Amino acid sequence: MLPAIQIEQVHKYFGKLHALRGIDLTIEQGEFFALLGPNGAGKSTLINLLAGLLRPTSGKLSVLGHDVVSDYRAARKALGVVPQELVFDPFFNVREMLRFQAGYFGCGKENHPWIDEVLEGLGLADKAGTNMRALSGGMKRRALIAQALAHKPQVLVLDEPTAGVDVELRQMLWEFIKRLNREGTTIILTTHYLEEAETLCSRVGMLKQGELVALDSTRNLLERYSRKSLRLRLDPPSLPAELQPLLRSQENDVYTLALQETAALEGVLAKLRTAGVRVEDLQLVEADLEDVFVELVRQ
Amino acid sequence: MIGLWTLLKKEILRFWKVSFQTIAAPVITALLYLLIFSHVLEERVQVYPGISYTAFLIPGLVMMSMLQNSFANSSSSLIQSKVMGNIVFLLLTPLSYWEFFIAFLVAAVIRGLVVGLGVYLVSIFYALPPLHHPLIMLLFAISGCAMMGAMGIIAGIWADKFDQMAAFQNFIIMPLSFLSGVFYSIHSLPPFWQQVSHLNPFFYVIDGFRYGFFGLSDVSPWLSLAVVATSFCVLSWVTLIMLRSGYKLRG
Ligand SMILES: Nc1ncnc2c1ncn2[C@@H]1O[C@H](COP(=O)(O)OP(=O)(O)OP(=O)(O)O)[C@@H](O)[C@H]1O
Ligand SMILES: [Mg+2]
Repeated sequence: MLPAIQIEQVHKYFGKLHALRGIDLTIEQGEFFALLGPNGAGKSTLINLLAGLLRPTSGKLSVLGHDVVSDYRAARKALGVVPQELVFDPFFNVREMLRFQAGYFGCGKENHPWIDEVLEGLGLADKAGTNMRALSGGMKRRALIAQALAHKPQVLVLDEPTAGVDVELRQMLWEFIKRLNREGTTIILTTHYLEEAETLCSRVGMLKQGELVALDSTRNLLERYSRKSLRLRLDPPSLPAELQPLLRSQENDVYTLALQETAALEGVLAKLRTAGVRVEDLQLVEADLEDVFVELVRQ
Repeated sequence: MIGLWTLLKKEILRFWKVSFQTIAAPVITALLYLLIFSHVLEERVQVYPGISYTAFLIPGLVMMSMLQNSFANSSSSLIQSKVMGNIVFLLLTPLSYWEFFIAFLVAAVIRGLVVGLGVYLVSIFYALPPLHHPLIMLLFAISGCAMMGAMGIIAGIWADKFDQMAAFQNFIIMPLSFLSGVFYSIHSLPPFWQQVSHLNPFFYVIDGFRYGFFGLSDVSPWLSLAVVATSFCVLSWVTLIMLRSGYKLRG
C-alpha cells in the first residue's frame, strides 16, 4: 500500500532562515498522526509544503504516491488542508462556499449530500445560509474545517484546528474526525493541546527548530522519555544525598522525583526511612505527552 | 472542466452580488462625464463631419468604462483575496495556472461588457451614434476587455497592499485612459502629444471601437486591431509566466 505521505530529505529556507533541516517522514494510510513542536518549529511550513502553498528548497514530498510539485493535481485532490490562519471569503454563505470549494476539485452535484453531511457533523447545519462574515470565530474555524473536507479528501491535515474553539465543539469535532479516520481517512494534526494528541493519535512526530527530534508511537514515547514522577512532602524538608540525582524540582517542602518504574518506589521510601525523614504526603504522577514534550524541547 | 467552470461562476457571482458598486456606480460615473462634457462642448467641437460631439463621445466613454472595469474586476478580486488570505482556498486546489488565467480573464471580460452595455443603454437617450460595423465594434470591445483583464491579473498578483494597487490605478490606468482620445480626436492635440498618444494602446482600442460605430477613425482599424491583439498577447504571456512560476503566490 502506498504511504499517505512521504517526505524525503526536505529542506526549506526563507532567505537565510533554515526553517526545515532535512525532514524524513512517512505516514501510512489510515494513521492518526500528531505533528508537535514549539512555536516556530516548522510545523506549518511542512504542511504548507505538502499543500503546495510553499515550494521546498530541496527534497521530495508526495501524497499517496503523487509528487506535490510534478504531479500536483493528483496530490492536491487527495489532500484536504485546514490552514492555521482563520481566513474566509466574505462574499458567500457557508453552503455556497463549500460547494465552490468542492467544485474546484472537480466535484459536481453528486457531492452535495456529502457537503450536507459535513455541515451536520460539524454542527454547522443551521448556519449553512449565513454569510461567512457573520459567523463567530469558532464558527469560522468549523467552516474552515468543513472547507477542507468538501471534496472528501483521503488525507486530511489539520493545522491547529482547535485553537479558539469551545469544549463542546472540540468533542464534536473529534468525534467526527475519529469517524472519518475509522472509515479510512488518514489524519494529520498539529496542536498545542497535548492531551488531545495523546488521546487521539497513535503516532507522534516532534519538530524542534526544523528538525524531527522524535518519531514514534505515542505509547513508546511515553514509556521511553518520561518516567513517572513521585511527589513527596517531607518532614524535615531535606532530601538525602543518595536521592538527589532523582530530583526534578522542589517547591518548599514538596519534592518531585523521577521514577523509572513503580517498583523503584520502595527503594526511595527505604532510603528516606534510614535517613530519618518522615513522608507526610505521597503522590505518584503518571507521565503524559507534556512531559515528553518538555523534555525533548529542553534537550 | 468542472473546476474551471466553478471558478468562473464564482468570479462572476462575486461582482454580480455587489452589482450596485461594480455595475451601477461606473455607469453613473460615465453618465456624469457625458452630461458635463457634452453640455460644455456640444456647440463648440465637431470631430467628424455630420456627427454631434455627444455621439462622438459615447463610444469613447463606453470603451473607457469597459477598460477600467475589466481591469478592476480581476485586480480587485486578487488583491482582496490576498489581503484577506482566502486566496489559499484557490491555491490548495488542483486548478492549473491556465484554468486560473482563463477564469479570471473571462470574468473580467464579462464585467467589462456588462458595464459597457449599461453605459451604452443610458447614453443613447442623449444621442444615438450610428453603428456601421457591429462586428468590429464587438471585436474591439472583447479584445480591449481581455487586454485589461490580463493587466488586472498582473497588478493583482504584483501588489501586496491596497495602496500599491491604488498607485497602479492612478499612475498607469488613469493617465492611459485620459490620454487616449476618449474626449477628443488626437488630431486636435499638439504634434508632441499626438506622438505620445500613438504609444498608448488605449488609443488604438478606442479608435478601433469608434470605427465600428462611425466607419471613421484616426488610424486604420486594422492597425488598431494589430496593436490591441499584440498588447493582449504580451500581457497574457507575462500573466501566464507569473502564474506558472507561482510568483508572489507560492513562496
Ligand atoms: N513566509 C515566511 N517567510 C519567512 N519566514 C517564515 C515564513 N513562514 C514561516 N517562517 C519562519 O519559519 C519558522 C517556522 O515557522 P512555522 O510557521 O512553520 O512554525 P510552526 O511550527 O507552525 O509554529 P506555530 O506553532 O507558532 O504555528 C519560523 O521561524 C517562522 O518565523
Ligand atoms: Mg503553525
